[in-house]
Amino acid sequence: MSYVKVVEGSEAVAFAVKACRPQVISAYPISPQTHIVERLAQMRADGELDAEYVRVESEFSAASVISGGSAAGSRSYTASSSQGLLLMTEVLYASVGLRLPFVITGVNRAISAPISIQVDHQDTMSLRDSGVIQIYVESSQEAYDTHIASFKIAEDPGILLPVMVCMDGWILTHSYERVSFMEQAEVDRFLPPFKPPNFLDEKNPKTWGSYAEDNVLMEFKYSIQKAMLYGKRRIKEIFSELSKITGRDHGGLIEAYRTEGAEVILVALGSMAGTIKDAVDRLRSEGKPVGLVKIRCYRPFPHEDIWEAIKGARVVAVMEADFSMGSEGAVGMDLKAKVCGRPGAPLVLDFITGLGGREVNQQTVEEVVAEAQKALNKELPPAESYWVGLDPSIIP
Amino acid sequence: MKITVGAVVQGKSSLAYKTGNWRDQKPVLDIDRCKTCGQCEEVCPDNAVHVIDEVYVIDYDFCKGCGLCAYECPAQAIEMVKEEK
Repeated sequence: MSYVKVVEGSEAVAFAVKACRPQVISAYPISPQTHIVERLAQMRADGELDAEYVRVESEFSAASVISGGSAAGSRSYTASSSQGLLLMTEVLYASVGLRLPFVITGVNRAISAPISIQVDHQDTMSLRDSGVIQIYVESSQEAYDTHIASFKIAEDPGILLPVMVCMDGWILTHSYERVSFMEQAEVDRFLPPFKPPNFLDEKNPKTWGSYAEDNVLMEFKYSIQKAMLYGKRRIKEIFSELSKITGRDHGGLIEAYRTEGAEVILVALGSMAGTIKDAVDRLRSEGKPVGLVKIRCYRPFPHEDIWEAIKGARVVAVMEADFSMGSEGAVGMDLKAKVCGRPGAPLVLDFITGLGGREVNQQTVEEVVAEAQKALNKELPPAESYWVGLDPSIIP
Repeated sequence: MKITVGAVVQGKSSLAYKTGNWRDQKPVLDIDRCKTCGQCEEVCPDNAVHVIDEVYVIDYDFCKGCGLCAYECPAQAIEMVKEEK
């Protein structure tokens, strides 16, 4: 039977990874991810974890080691943050093309310069086009459950893509929460050993990722998109299969929270969703019809499910902690691309919040809801994105 | 031919993938000047020079036109000419 412990978010992840019986783990320290790989190192040193634990000299190597590990047929894992994830970028794109199903925890942190170790989503968002599946989590419990689901998602024969579990630095990784753990036997039944269709084998040599001419490259790229599209259905099935074992349901590709009859629907990812849920409860108790769509799976982008949840609303306000410089927030862009133009589509507004760890509290949510209502009354000047709490007086 | 998941192909299958169309310059061997010393066969990075009936022959299915053979040929029997497609 499962058991409950109060643990640090990083430790919850380390326990989830250990339960998935990884065979190769690479580690390079960067805050706020470090506690995860430290805890895994401790487990390895204590003889509780039977994995090759490779300390590397950069995140480029950390990604390369799990890429090689996965190609050799081993279940592989690493974690990183911020600049570390950016340094992995080239390897991640290549691993997607080679269809290597490892799992990475992307512990969210702002990107330099100026240097900041605080949370925002700019790091993982800048990997959104790579073909790595991205799942954002709201709590340590959801982080634990999602990591266990992630290996199964990644290794599904119809998917075979890396999965990144995106988890807010500090807010989740360094706070202590009550987490319910699965029994090892339950995890083993849910997640059978990794058996890839191809693996590096000296007795049966194969060539990996050799040159592709223009007559086939588009087909290779489309096959990744095909895996992503199939993933939308399969990820939901895997989540629900796990829910049946754990009794915990975090939703499918999205979680629609009190969206029925909502006039204003907020859209958010990660731990911010928890704050917004409390704000929604308060606004609802005051009779304001407000709801939330939490995007769990960001890539593949579940626009069909989002549409079902938001189609009755008058305005959708995205609250996101990232920005595509020269344009607008990434999630806002995705939603506008998929929603605007559909008959009866709500107005979509994009609010940039929480960059570099700037606090997003209930007051922030209420400000955004007030702005959204102003927009409904045509009192809000149109803009691509609204930067919440911005102080223009200090900008040169 | 179907593409494969992860661009993984069976070993020893390279003969099926003709790569000579990468070439923009083509080595042309003048067999009257050729001393059959074998330097071109030695230096060819693609193993695209073969000896057939004691005559050196360039395999244009795989020659990528790098020009090493022409550069090394002591008898100057190989000339690089523009590839016409």
